[in-house]
Amino acid sequence: MKVGVGLPNTIPGISGEVLVEWARQVDTGPFGTLGVLDRLVYDSIEPFAALSAAAAVTSRVRLATNIAIGPLRSPALLAKHALSVDALSGGRFTLGLGVGARRDDYEAAGVARNTRGAALSEQLAYLRGQLDSSGIGPARPGIELLVGGSSGAAFTRMARYADGYAHGGGPPRAFGAAANRARAAWRDLERPGEPTLWGQGYFAFGDPDGGSAYLRDYYAFTGPFAEKIAAGNLTSARAVRDFVRGYEAEGCDELILYPTTASLDDLARLAEAVS
Amino acid sequence: MRVSIVGGGPSGLYLAILLRKAGHDVSVVERNAPDATFGWGVVFSEETLGSLRDADYPTYLEITDSFARWTSIDIHYRDTVLRSSGHTFSAIKRTHLLDILQRRARSLGASLTFHQEVTSLDRDADLVVAADGSNSTLRRAAGFDTSLTPQGCKYVWFGTDLVLDAFTFVFKETEHGLFQVHAYPFDEHTSTWIVETTEATWQRAGLDTMSEEDSLAFCRSLFADALDGHQLMSNKSIWLDFPLVRNEHWHRGNVVLIGDAAHTAHFSIGSGTKLAMEDAIALAGALERYPVEKALVDYELERQPVVERFQQAAGDSAAYFGRVASHLSLAPIQFAANLLTRSGRISHANLMQRDPKFMRVLDAWFTASATETPMVPGAVAPPPMFAPLRVGGLTARNRVVRATPVERLADAARAGAGLVMTGFVAVADDGRTTPACPVLDDLWAPVVKDVHDTGALVGVRLGHAGRRGATRPTGSVDVPLRDGWPLLSASPLPYTPFSAVPAEMSEADMTRVRDDFVAAAGRAREAGFDALELDIADGYLLASFLSPLTNRRDDVYGAEPLRFPLSVVDAVREACPGLLIARLTITDWARGGTTVEQGIDHARALAAHGVDLIHVRAGHTTATSRPEYRRGYLTTLSDRVRNEAGVPTLVGGYLTTPDEVNTVVAAGRADLCLFDPWPSPLEEVVS
Repeated sequence: MKVGVGLPNTIPGISGEVLVEWARQVDTGPFGTLGVLDRLVYDSIEPFAALSAAAAVTSRVRLATNIAIGPLRSPALLAKHALSVDALSGGRFTLGLGVGARRDDYEAAGVARNTRGAALSEQLAYLRGQLDSSGIGPARPGIELLVGGSSGAAFTRMARYADGYAHGGGPPRAFGAAANRARAAWRDLERPGEPTLWGQGYFAFGDPDGGSAYLRDYYAFTGPFAEKIAAGNLTSARAVRDFVRGYEAEGCDELILYPTTASLDDLARLAEAVS
Repeated sequence: MRVSIVGGGPSGLYLAILLRKAGHDVSVVERNAPDATFGWGVVFSEETLGSLRDADYPTYLEITDSFARWTSIDIHYRDTVLRSSGHTFSAIKRTHLLDILQRRARSLGASLTFHQEVTSLDRDADLVVAADGSNSTLRRAAGFDTSLTPQGCKYVWFGTDLVLDAFTFVFKETEHGLFQVHAYPFDEHTSTWIVETTEATWQRAGLDTMSEEDSLAFCRSLFADALDGHQLMSNKSIWLDFPLVRNEHWHRGNVVLIGDAAHTAHFSIGSGTKLAMEDAIALAGALERYPVEKALVDYELERQPVVERFQQAAGDSAAYFGRVASHLSLAPIQFAANLLTRSGRISHANLMQRDPKFMRVLDAWFTASATETPMVPGAVAPPPMFAPLRVGGLTARNRVVRATPVERLADAARAGAGLVMTGFVAVADDGRTTPACPVLDDLWAPVVKDVHDTGALVGVRLGHAGRRGATRPTGSVDVPLRDGWPLLSASPLPYTPFSAVPAEMSEADMTRVRDDFVAAAGRAREAGFDALELDIADGYLLASFLSPLTNRRDDVYGAEPLRFPLSVVDAVREACPGLLIARLTITDWARGGTTVEQGIDHARALAAHGVDLIHVRAGHTTATSRPEYRRGYLTTLSDRVRNEAGVPTLVGGYLTTPDEVNTVVAAGRADLCLFDPWPSPLEEVVS
């Protein structure tokens, strides 16, 4: 399993300077991937813009949306973003897509929310199909595609179109259950080999209360569930190592740990904890 | 801290004890009298007892002193009683358990108030605990978003003075349908005796309009043999629906749910009281570590995953008892194996640990029955997955099936499969899924010979892709080619929004495709394939006729969805003797699609037309189907097809361990299993 780290692009008030410095430091190791999250109605940096900035100051680390809310963008526009980031980064891009969970993001984007699953399927079909004859460039060979979600329809969508599955977070056992469903769907669609399995978690060391407050705010739309997410914030090196071990045991391929405070100190401590 | 507990059942009282020990100010309010009796005895499993011992030793001693304990399960089926041992059960009279907990709570200084209904949240407390049962008033008052639905069969809870020495299941056929009993002892004088039946049988028997007295008399006479002259006793015993309670969140502000107020698990796995008392332990533990708000989150995080697993198992168990009448043709020991493994919590390997004698006999019976040889006392046999299967005039050396691309068929056979199957092979060029999809040309004979050299059987899966044709070969499924070939289907509906629109099949198309199937089947036989598998699944051409979602025709093929697929089966059957398998969609897993009952009817029709084995599939009739993936997610469908349509089955559904295969075939849920073992790095180390 490879361990990656998130870019603090959804932490309110993040400056371009810190974001870019964060990416620069991550590129020096030991992390395999730099991930970004996606929210529209929030004080956050747009994921493809954030990864473009990261692409400019990195040369080694993979860049991934994990996930981007696909249906907020038209298929062609989404493809343009993805091809651009892949070209800017010299082929280091992984496109993770999901339907997201927030009503207000869809309202703000003027996109119907009740057909979001069908819209994502259509986008994926477009990315795998028509895109190559659309005239939209730059032409890039096979961008790695991940799909998230927890319904039977989401797992089928993943196995039909994607290269792997992006889990939404939780304790290792919850990841393990989802991973089994992803593998079962993969077999069900008669795909060869195995899906790549991505997991995620949250961390904060220097200011764990601040980190948990951010999670409560970021996930406020889930109601009481936000408390449970905040309770899962990893606030010590030991908690991180246990979490990493747990995910590895469940067969995770890429585990991305997202910061809950934009602290470069925390980043250094995470690097130490996982190396 | 001041804690107000509403509900004086086991969870509420036990929490009161634990919180008093931690020094909190605790009051319990119960709407009924202290000695109100609802039901009879409650059951515990062994692992609960350890946590009770650690949580409060005095009550642990008193409870376990009063326990009825036993290790056997008796299954009364047909004229036999089968006993399986090595299990661990204990039970206690419910009123006695409450008495122990009340005395202990009082002695620790908790305030207990009875005969008082609480309907308002206005409790003068830092923490309010809703422990008032599945129909919790407090939960409703607090505005929890609760789902409460009936689950499983109708049931009624009696007592008897017959003192059992085993957990006892009695299955009794009547002219109205099947009744079953779940019974167990709980003290030296009395046993709990629960009678259960489907709602349809319950109505046919007239129980829906019977008085409490008449229903008692009915059950007494129905189970006179098993009761052996003993009494059946009512205690306000009326027929009930089991209430399945789920709550997405278990706390709101300072109100927290525990026990049945938070969740229920069907009584047939006997874990309600265990889960309730474990909730109390977890909540008390969390309150010891954290302030209230954080403790409630911690309690929920700890307990929810555990409860979900029990609810899943309980749901499977409840569903089993709803359809157990279809198992009455199973031999007694296989019926027992199916019953013991019904909830998915106990497998062949677990039973091997618990009751090696029973399992030796089961395995020996399985092989004897598979080989049609008499059972010899003291016989030993390999696990069921290694028993041969006689089907369609052939014998597979074992129950393991591997499906693999053609270049790995011989390897799969060498890996031990009894039957190896190709992937999708098109009957004609225009029936291919992708340009890379194999067709039945004449290059297969050497491959078949390689497999035969290993001793395995080999089958070919013949299909026409229909509206799922002409797609790109790698990296995805169902993405159309830029320049595809024309597609055919029952009706002109594209598979995905981007798929090409297929032509509605004409009579001439049908004749040609039927001829293609017959010709391909003939070539397969010439190449030496043992088994022909016709693909009538996954939304491919033949399957497109069977579903109302994909067959919108207004001709005779719309009126009789089976007509064209059966004509292909008939033509192939006539031209090619030997093992014929149908890969069949049992349900579409989509609104308005084929239901399980219809799918079973289809299986029955195919068997009547000479199909020897049904390969159970589900979903993918449309691209928007919603499968519920988990390990063995097709097994229950296979159980239903095999036992309701009376036809042998092959099932996959992500079976990754030999234990899963052994469990599925031993219990008669399928005859063959598509096996997907996880690769292990050990294989390289040891080879």
